[in-house]
Amino acid sequence: MTLTFVLLTLAKIVGFILVFCVILAAILTWVERKMSSIIQDRIGPNRAEILGIRAFGLFHPIADMIKSFTKEDFVPAGANRIMFFLAPAFALIPTLVVFAVVPFGPGDLVIANLDSGMLFVFAIMGFGIYGVTLGGWASASNFAMLGALRGAAQMVSYEVSMGLNVVGIFAVFGTVSLTQIVGAQGHLLWGWLPMWGIVVQPLGFVLFLVAAMAENKRAPFDLPEGESEIIGYFVEYSAMGFATFMLSEFIEIVVIACIAATLFFGGWQIPWLDPTGTAGGWITVAQVAFFAFKVLFLCWFQMLIRWTVPRFRYDQVMSLGWKVLLPLSLANILVTAVVLALVA
Amino acid sequence: MVKVKVVERPPADLVVQSWLPELWKGMKVTGRHFFVNLLTQKGIVTSQYPEVKRVYPPRTRGKHRLMRREDGSVRCVACFMCSTACPADCIRIVAGQRDDENEKFPVVFEVDFIKCVFCGMCEEACPCDAIRLDSGVHRAPAYTRKDELNGKEDLLSLGSLSVARQGGDLK
Repeated sequence: MTLTFVLLTLAKIVGFILVFCVILAAILTWVERKMSSIIQDRIGPNRAEILGIRAFGLFHPIADMIKSFTKEDFVPAGANRIMFFLAPAFALIPTLVVFAVVPFGPGDLVIANLDSGMLFVFAIMGFGIYGVTLGGWASASNFAMLGALRGAAQMVSYEVSMGLNVVGIFAVFGTVSLTQIVGAQGHLLWGWLPMWGIVVQPLGFVLFLVAAMAENKRAPFDLPEGESEIIGYFVEYSAMGFATFMLSEFIEIVVIACIAATLFFGGWQIPWLDPTGTAGGWITVAQVAFFAFKVLFLCWFQMLIRWTVPRFRYDQVMSLGWKVLLPLSLANILVTAVVLALVA
Repeated sequence: MVKVKVVERPPADLVVQSWLPELWKGMKVTGRHFFVNLLTQKGIVTSQYPEVKRVYPPRTRGKHRLMRREDGSVRCVACFMCSTACPADCIRIVAGQRDDENEKFPVVFEVDFIKCVFCGMCEEACPCDAIRLDSGVHRAPAYTRKDELNGKEDLLSLGSLSVARQGGDLK
């Protein structure tokens, strides 16, 4: 482990995770409010100003940050103080760690090129449940506990079908490494069609997106929190603890967008241009930019879904997860296996 | 005989139940709003309130105003017609004797804007053209109930000279 390697990795961590992903998540809090208002024929937040500059309300995330830092950090009586303060970190850190294996560009432009790739992602994303359950349990509040149980049940249910949806991708590309999956998506089907995941696994993509949004607990699956009326697992949190839960939710939007772009939209691949990623120079820059574009598009797409559909009832969420998504993903695996056996 | 129109619910067929086509339809609507409002701001109905105020229609009544005579004194003769006509019972008048002529005048003339419904019946009932409901000034909410009471001075400050003949002399 040379010094150059350490410095390069640190540069990638800072550049990709801290600059791109976290700042994108902070901007997404603005995008969410602005986009919902535009869809509903309103203007949305535009009052925060610095030196008379309003910048379409882009300073609102900064205002939120200042507010969260300066508010009282309230701990309810009887709460487990250590766990109460650790729970938001348990929610935030796994979402950040997932970015480590996402290849944001060709070649070395990935923080950790793990062979276990997608399995690592599932293992780490499973940790997100700890933040939810610990947050609910440590608050010493029955309502928070109930919210935590609902949240954990929902996340566990959808993790099952999310994992099974991706098995089709593993079967088609014959690997679980995200870097190799992206590389394999540079091939062309019948000489002209880019072999992106969404082309070979269209049902898999739909099911993955549904399961991922449900696992992120966002509308239409925002049953555990239900910002306006249902009491969720972070009901006892205030100030930065609450903001951390919120931020981790927005970072998870970016995570889902990154994973979906990597698995189903060819990662950094630009169709018909340098599929091996060895060209270097401006083509590499274009490929990284194209990956960022795909991530932004998928973030936008998730927000559009959120502001389109009303939310499910809790029993509907559960029956959708176990009675619809799970059989469909199993059928998807079956059909994929049969087609692969016939083709090969 | 009342006609009842029974609206048949369309049966939830497989296309509806599979949910995705309906989701696509909904996303076309929200997507259209998003792009139209993002690019042209055509559908946006928000008005930036404190800076931009809505223009009221020309027949807006607004707060009451008390008119003056040519010598500047209050035109009202404290006949209690307006407070009698008032359906909300929001006008309180205490009458007094004028020094210069054999006529009454209001010592207290209070309109309670919590109660007032801005119907204009006081204006119709007034025989002297003393109270008018056409100032066009919007009734602003106040912090206390006492602040909602607008006295004679407030209402006079909104008023102006009335040139109608005192007593409503018809010719």
